[in-house]
Amino acid sequence: MDFRDSPAEAEFRSRLRAWIAENNPRLPVSSTDDEYWARQAEWHIALFDAGFFGLSWPTRFGGHDLPPVFDVILDEELAAAGAPPRPSLGYLVQGITTHASNAVQERLLPGLISGRERWCQGFSEPDAGSDLASLRTTATRDGDEYVINGHKIWTSYSDVADWCFLLARTDPTVPKHKGLSAFAVPMHQAGVEQRPLRMINGITKEFGQVLFDGARVAAENMIGEPGEGWRIAMTIVSHEREPGEVGYVARYAKTVKDLEEAVRADPGAFRSDQRGAVAWAYVQAEMLRLHVCRRLSERLGGLDHGPGGSIDKLLMTWVEQTVGTAALSVAGSGAVIDADDVALKIYLYSRAQSVMGGTSQIQKNIIATRILGLPAA
Amino acid sequence: MDTRDTPEQAELRRTARRLARELGPRTVADLEDGKRIERLAEAVREAGWLELRHDGGDGNPLASGVEAAIIADALGEAVADAPFAGPVLAADLARRAGASPIDGAVAAFSPDLIDPAVVSGPATKTPIHAVDCAAAGPAAAYVLAPEGDGYRLATVEVDSASHGTDLTRTVRAIPAAAPVLPVPDQSRLLTRADLDSWATLGLALTSADLVGLMRGVLDLAVAYAQERRQYGASIGSFQAVQHLLAEARCLMEGALSATLYPSWAVDNLEPDEARTAGRVAKAYCTRAARTVCETAVQVHGGMGNTWECIVHVYLRRALLSSQWFGDDGEQLRQLQRTRLGVAHGLS
Repeated sequence: MDFRDSPAEAEFRSRLRAWIAENNPRLPVSSTDDEYWARQAEWHIALFDAGFFGLSWPTRFGGHDLPPVFDVILDEELAAAGAPPRPSLGYLVQGITTHASNAVQERLLPGLISGRERWCQGFSEPDAGSDLASLRTTATRDGDEYVINGHKIWTSYSDVADWCFLLARTDPTVPKHKGLSAFAVPMHQAGVEQRPLRMINGITKEFGQVLFDGARVAAENMIGEPGEGWRIAMTIVSHEREPGEVGYVARYAKTVKDLEEAVRADPGAFRSDQRGAVAWAYVQAEMLRLHVCRRLSERLGGLDHGPGGSIDKLLMTWVEQTVGTAALSVAGSGAVIDADDVALKIYLYSRAQSVMGGTSQIQKNIIATRILGLPAA
Repeated sequence: MDTRDTPEQAELRRTARRLARELGPRTVADLEDGKRIERLAEAVREAGWLELRHDGGDGNPLASGVEAAIIADALGEAVADAPFAGPVLAADLARRAGASPIDGAVAAFSPDLIDPAVVSGPATKTPIHAVDCAAAGPAAAYVLAPEGDGYRLATVEVDSASHGTDLTRTVRAIPAAAPVLPVPDQSRLLTRADLDSWATLGLALTSADLVGLMRGVLDLAVAYAQERRQYGASIGSFQAVQHLLAEARCLMEGALSATLYPSWAVDNLEPDEARTAGRVAKAYCTRAARTVCETAVQVHGGMGNTWECIVHVYLRRALLSSQWFGDDGEQLRQLQRTRLGVAHGLS
């Protein structure tokens, strides 16, 4: 057990630190301001071009084939500098590398990883949230293409996406989990309409819904085999639940650092409960940082697509919501008087974490039945 | 960076768990089995675990904080009723002072069990407590005697019976006016930094004990939920019960992740940085263990509220491990002082 940087890790850390110092775009706090999402692509491309994104992914797709723990260093340095977190795309990369043919991987991954092509994930539907397998969007074969009809919702980054990783029903005659397939669907076509959704904290550039009305996708853009969609979706969501994959640790650590600085500037101006909330947020954020160290270290022995991500997702949710509550506490009346207050927006945004990527209740069902071995309800 | 156990650490973890499970109490009645308790204490001694923090000849301990925390975790998991953290911490303190270890010695603590007992003069002035020493017979307890910028090591004798809440480890009172005896062979004064490092080991070992307790009590609760039937079904099939147990599992995993760091940091980071890591772990583990033990009591229902159900043995032990070196409230208060610049006395 060793938490120290190896020589290679230390060299990477110092190179990264120097680069961030020169290139921090000083964006608004993520998910509190539309400007953040408007400029996020620039940040992704800058990070990639400098050689600091896709660290553990294959070199042939633009990654660096480094051990997964390098992402811990990336998250730590981004947080320490108050820079934006790394783009949250790891779960799509895992889904594609695990299930897609080599040809599809070679076609899709370089653009996804480099940030030149933007992606969204079309899973949830108005009537298929937790019960995802009941989704009704159809993909019907027509020659060398599939024709897509349906309605996707709560789709992050749909407004800027070039591609949608779509889950659709290709066979309505078999049980619901078996009739699904996955596709990479081009977003820029006549049959696709993107409508923004306004989140509870007011931002409009993160969240959307997508209507497919006779949209077309080449059959060769199917990810995996026909009927394999459910398995692929489960690979993706299991990784979407891992803080090591989505890089949110940097976001939480940055907020905690900002809160600590605010209190340190004038400790006597804050009540003991406000200071206690900040100290507890620090404890939680540190726990998650260390938990990610542990999980990514475990990956040095091989990648696991098991149910453990549900544990990590719940821990991450508790951390985000603890940090959000601490921000609200420190803001005091400011969060009530001013609807544009950043702390208020951090707090409101934090409520989504117990829903996105599978609700906390679904995670607990998975932990109970698949990890603790309790009988299905 | 690789936070996995080395092969040797993994083997130690397996051995310690096996031994603790074999010789630890399975039932409340087992707590009265003197022969078993003797066998357990003997096995812990034979394994050399009480000597982990002895001087290896170069001033450094024979084993790192990671190995010590591995044992503490394994003993906690089985509520093993043999002294471990007490003697190990005492030996670590003696090593830092350059003194030879005293067999069976522990450290004495302030009445709130947070800080090592500091005594000036020839006798104690207030009652202090020895924690986690042998249950009976006389034992030596270290106290700190201020001298210049540092502290000299001294001992007081412990001969009272244990009166602690924890049914598996002792808290023995040392009354006021106990004579303070010199430790003749110490070669240096203990500094503030020594005591920061030593307290980090205390925070790591008490946190690791709490992690083990959580794992052990959660295993019991999951097994009970599977076996107990109501409404014609195993209660573990009800989501209301499943979700309590799932949350408890998450808390245990987070607590383990937080605890590995100070157990490593005690020998590898600057003393103040390491102590902050210890405070983070202890704050998290204290809150987590309380919830996990309470969940286990709840899942055991009426039985969980009886003396004969072993679950309260875990909860009681968690209460001592939480208070020893400071609970969540104490750690958060200290983190406010060190990280937020909150002065003493500002509340």
